[in-house]
Order: sequence, then structure tokens, then C-alpha cells
Amino acid sequence: MTNVTAERQEKSAVETVSVWIDGQAYDVPKTMPHPVSGEQVGTTMIQACHMHGIDVPYYCYHPKLPVAGNCRMCLVEFGTPALGPDRQPLYNEDGSPQIRKSPRPVIACATPISPGMAIYTQTPEAKQMRESVLEFLLINHPLDCPICDQAGECKLQEYAVDYGKADSRFVEQKVHKPKQVDLGPRIMLDDERCILCSRCIRFTRDIAGDDALGFADRGSYSILTNYPGKPFDNNYTLNTADICPVGALTSKDFRFQMRVWFLKETKSVCTSCGTGCNIMIGSRNDRIYRYTPRENDAVNSCWMCDYGRLNYKWINREDRLREVQQRRDGAPAKTNWSVALKEVAERIESSPSGSIGVVASARLTNEELYLVRRLVQDKDAITDSVPRMGEADHLLVDADKNPNTNGAHATGIAAKKVGADIATIADRIRQGKIKTLLVFGEDVTKHGIEADLLKELDTLVVSDILPNATTERADYLLPGCAHAEKRGTFTNAKGRVQKFMKAIEGPGDARPEWEFLHELVQRKTHDGGSANLPALFNEMAEQVPAFHGLSWGELKDTGAQASL
Amino acid sequence: MPESHPNFEVPSQLEAEIDEVITHYPEKRSASLMVLHALQDHFGFLSKEAIEWAAQKLELQPINLYELVTFYPMFHEEPVGTYILKICRTLSCAVNGAHRLHHHVCERLGLDPNSHASQTTPDGRITVEYAECLASCGTAPVMMCNAAFYENVSNEKADDVIEECGNNGDTETENKEDV
Ligand code: SF4
Ligand code: SF4
Ligand code: FES
Ligand code: FES
Repeated sequence: MTNVTAERQEKSAVETVSVWIDGQAYDVPKTMPHPVSGEQVGTTMIQACHMHGIDVPYYCYHPKLPVAGNCRMCLVEFGTPALGPDRQPLYNEDGSPQIRKSPRPVIACATPISPGMAIYTQTPEAKQMRESVLEFLLINHPLDCPICDQAGECKLQEYAVDYGKADSRFVEQKVHKPKQVDLGPRIMLDDERCILCSRCIRFTRDIAGDDALGFADRGSYSILTNYPGKPFDNNYTLNTADICPVGALTSKDFRFQMRVWFLKETKSVCTSCGTGCNIMIGSRNDRIYRYTPRENDAVNSCWMCDYGRLNYKWINREDRLREVQQRRDGAPAKTNWSVALKEVAERIESSPSGSIGVVASARLTNEELYLVRRLVQDKDAITDSVPRMGEADHLLVDADKNPNTNGAHATGIAAKKVGADIATIADRIRQGKIKTLLVFGEDVTKHGIEADLLKELDTLVVSDILPNATTERADYLLPGCAHAEKRGTFTNAKGRVQKFMKAIEGPGDARPEWEFLHELVQRKTHDGGSANLPALFNEMAEQVPAFHGLSWGELKDTGAQASL
Repeated sequence: MPESHPNFEVPSQLEAEIDEVITHYPEKRSASLMVLHALQDHFGFLSKEAIEWAAQKLELQPINLYELVTFYPMFHEEPVGTYILKICRTLSCAVNGAHRLHHHVCERLGLDPNSHASQTTPDGRITVEYAECLASCGTAPVMMCNAAFYENVSNEKADDVIEECGNNGDTETENKEDV
């Protein structure tokens, strides 16, 4: 067996079968992994169509959930190969196989494919079925899209464009159901908009592992509900608002804050733990309105936790640091970047070896940590980060609440045991050995270097985003940016390097840390360095062994693995 | 929403019966309806506490049972009368006077004849409600009083049944149909 055939056999561990979709032959795997158990199960018609870019509309189907098959929107026509009396396939004159068309349609989301099967997604009958399903769904649905929070990202609206009728033939009274139902602390339900697809029930039961939702009063008055008196409250509830195809489930935090079509969407990464769930930041006029999960099967599938999703408000906080400051005669005074950076670079330059300490947060980006490292390279400086350990859960949440601990290790900033060297830094300040302390994004007074000790220093350079006891004592205060305000990469807990893009501008004079760190390094080393982020990343990838072989461009939207 | 039942307690004999019923099924969940019936037969209705007790017994979440309780009209989430009159309103009965019958019964008992909901007399004696097809469409309209079945029910016949409920001390009315 040649290598090539061996490879091919390995790849085709799952058998491929050929099916006809709208008259064209396509190869599809016979089985695919079940979204929850991972077991190989028969590929369905809808999967076969979607993997080849053929549209089959659906409501209750979701690629990451077990199939329910209740909405009927995915009805298609199909046929199977016609067999002669000898059980051998029959062929048309042109050599194509004869197909025996089934008299009944089937739901594409729950019907497995079989070899030679023909699927018809575009016949007049298929379209007629979609129109009818849609008409039934709209009978009792409130037609008040202008005041519905889902408008603009509603499957009902979208398919109404494709298959809707201009007029309603329904002249009777619509069924009325409960509105503004408080399902839990973060989710509001409008039962009149619910199309009873059960996606939320399946997600909550099978993915979040909290069997909390169900249908009550089945019949004309069916409602989605939690168990009375038991609020819908796990750390993943907001995902149900994402997957609800209509405006039935809404996020209390986001509902009616902004029409979705005004939101600018920026690809980013959640920074609230080491998992680094991929997110989309929705912003308008430099204000963040929401985070939503962005699919990345190597990290977070289509989900994110509620804590991470809602942890954005600090970015819009009023008391953000927005001025570059320098202490003069004991009091902080406003200065500008060129003065501050020039002086800081000089101070570092003139510091004797061993007299600099650095605490750089594992919330900084890989590139920033790399530049911090370069800045103090020849100074025999002690560097470390602040550990942030908490609880992990069964789904996404990592125990490490720093988004970039692996980056801090890879760039040589964090001690082997993160934070272990902070005590050494404190000791050396006490002994008068460390005279200059550089702090990036941490309040060191809470992590082992007391405020009184900071008084012993000649120079305290602090960069941060929000004020704290350390920023108050800074000799040089450099206002930095949140991840949403800059580009960069983090290395998540599993060593995946993920990039994020800039959604909004930072406030006032605040600048992305990598920008001013680059300038500091440049002033100190008199080396041009990389003045833009992609080039900086590529430079870092060459210099830092863990990132060898990576490039900004190849990180694409979903990241790449570092060699830790 | 199921009513609360303060001091809810399942007597040990009932619990033993329920435990035994559960063993008849390959999966505990399959015993759900039997367990709910057993609890309703004993307490008269399925309170919040009863649903939660059953859920724990069956290793389910209360929502799983709540879906059942709200689906089957025979389950009651609040206390009902000693006698339950179920008036069939499905097709045959509907065209043969089910609504006339319901109207008459409600008026006689001082209940709202236009209500489609289950209603109980203030003395807690009689509950009147609609039911779906009781499987005797040929003798419509039909109704039940607890376990007893009545066919071709005229207003007069209904009066007799109500009369019986008034006089009878226990709930075990017999099958009084006169064929
Ligand atoms: S609330 Fe939304 S997701 Fe849940 S069943 Fe209704 S339509 Fe489907
Ligand atoms: S699991 Fe972690 S990374 Fe994902 S959303 Fe939650 S906090 Fe953010
Ligand atoms: S998508 Fe197939 S039945 Fe709903
Ligand atoms: S319709 Fe009343 S018994 Fe069948």
C-alpha cells in the first residue's frame, strides 16, 4: 500500500455515500458525530444539503443540538433509486439512475440519507409546504415587528421574506398568551412570540445540563415555562436568547437598548477566563451594547457563559483613566505621551541592572507582554504576573480567570508558579535593591506589594484602565485600553492563540498598551521594531519559541495552536 | 400554577405503594403518570409539594412532571370538589347539547355558565368541568360524576345526578346508567 492510499483510507474512516440534491450528485459522509454524545449517527438530509451550501430553511433544527423535528419548516421531497424485479437499480436512457419519488414529503432535519437518495429542495411542492408552515406559524404570532426586540435578526422575518404571503388570510381572533414573563434573572419571555421549537429546552437540558425548561398547558395555549417558583438561573441562560429563532426569549440586559441593525459587529474574544470564548462585540458610537458568542468548535462551540457575556460594563465606566500623568511636587499633574514616554525610557535606560521590578498582568496581550519583556531585557529585572484562580465548571468556564496566563508564560513574564516572584519583588524593594517598579494592569497593593512599600521606590510607572490604589501612587500614569479598544492576541488555557479586533476607541488620551510599549522599546533600543500590530505579532512569533510558525494572517478568525 | 399544600406529607403506606408501582417499569420516569395518579387519588389534587415529591422519587426535575400535570385535564393543580362532573364537549356531544347541559348544570349550582374552566361550588362539594371525548359518542351528550358514567343526559337527568351528590355522603357513586 502506498502512502497516498494509506492516507486516503485513514481520512475516509467514515464511509462516503453519494446523494442527488436538486438533480446534482454530491458526496456526503454516511455518518456524522452526534452534537451531544459525539457518537457517529446517520447524516441527515439537512446536514447533507447544508454542507454543500444548499439552503433548507429550518426553525427547530440547530447543528449543535439534538434533533426535535417539530416545526416542519424543513420539509423536502425525496426519492430513492428504483429497483427492478432483480433488485438491481434501473437506469434512464441517458445512463442516470431512475428515482422513485416518494409520495410523502419528509423533514430534512430528522431523515437520514441513504445511498443514491434524491433530495428535492426547490420543487413547487417544497416551496408550497414552506409557505403553509409559515402561514400557520404566523396565525397566532403578533405581527408587531417594529416593537419586537428580535427584529432584524429574526428567522420568522427572514423566512417571511422568502416564503411569506403579503396578506394574512386569518380573520379570527389571535390566541393571546402571557407577555413579559420573568423567566429568570437574565431572561425575559414573550409567550406570544414563542413558536414552540424547543431549542431553548434542549440547550438547557442537553448542553447546560440544567433541565429547567418545558412546555406547559399543551394545546392552543401552550407556553414555554420554568417550573413555577424555580427561576431559570444557570450560568448559560443567555445562550437561549441567541438560539431562540424569534423574539420570545430576550436578554434583560440588552432588550430594547438598541436596534440590532445599528450595531457594528467586531470579532473578539472574552477576557473573563482562560477559555477565551470567541465573541462578537456589538457596539455603536464607541459604546458597547452586547457580547454574543461567535462559533469556534475548537473553543466554545456556539456558546458562552452569562458571566463573561455581561462582563463588559467596566469598559464604558465613567471613571476610566483618560489622562497621561506625571507626579510633580508630590501631586499628579497632566502631561502628554511624548514627555512621559521619553522620561520613562530614560529612567529605564539609566537604571542599573537588577534595580527594576515588573508586574505585568496576564490580561495584557501576547504582543504587549513580549514588548514588556524586551523593554527590560538587559536589566536583569524580576518580572511576574498576578494569579487569578477560581472555579471551573463542566462546560466552558476555566479555573484561571486571567485570559492570557499562557501568554505570560510564553513571553517569560510570569513566574513558573504565577505570582510566586511578587514576594521577591516586595523584598527587594524593602532591601532597597529595586528602585523602579513598572506595573501594567494590576493593583499591586492588593497582591503583595503594600502601598507603604511603594513609597520606597524612586520611580513607579503604572499603566492601567481604571483607577486604584496603585495608580494613585504612580510617578508616571499611562492610561491603557481594554481589549475591545485594540487589536491583539491571547493564548488561552489550552494554548490556542486567538486574535481580537478593535471595536471602539479608548477614552481621552488612553492608548493601546502595545502602541506605547512599542515606542518605549524603540526609544530605548533605537531599533525600529514593528509599528503595526500584524507585523509585531509576526516579529514576536519569530522571537518567542512557543509562537514559532504562527503568523497574524494565518490565525484567521478562530486561532491556532501554540507549542507550549 | 400548582397550589401549595402546607404540611404535605406522604403516609408511609402510600409511599410503599408508589415504590412498588415504580418497580413495574424499566425506567423510573415511565411510572410518572401512575405516581401522579396515586398522589392525586390520595390528596385530591397535585400540589406543588406533591409534584416536587414525585419528581424526587422519580429522579426527575419538577418541570418534567409539571409538563404532564398541565397537559392532562384529569390532573388538578388545586383542590376540587368531592364530586367532579365532567361534561364531554367533543364533536358528537357538542352537537347534541353539551353546552346546553353545561349551562344548565352551572346555573343550578350557581357557577358561571360561560366559563370553560374547571369550577367548584363554594361549599367545596361539586366541581364542574368540560372533558374531551369520553368514548361514548353514540349516546351523546355524556357526562361523568367521579367514576360513574351517564349517557343521553337531559337537564332532568343531570338534576338527578346533582341531587344524588347532595345526598350521598361518600364519593363512591355507582354506575347509575339506565340502558
Ligand atoms: S422560547 Fe424561543 S427557543 Fe424556546 S421554544 Fe419558544 S421559540 Fe423556541
Ligand atoms: S467561559 Fe470564560 S471565556 Fe467563555 S464566556 Fe465565560 S468567562 Fe468568558
Ligand atoms: S427544522 Fe426540521 S422540523 Fe424543524
Ligand atoms: S364526543 Fe362526547 S363521548 Fe365522544
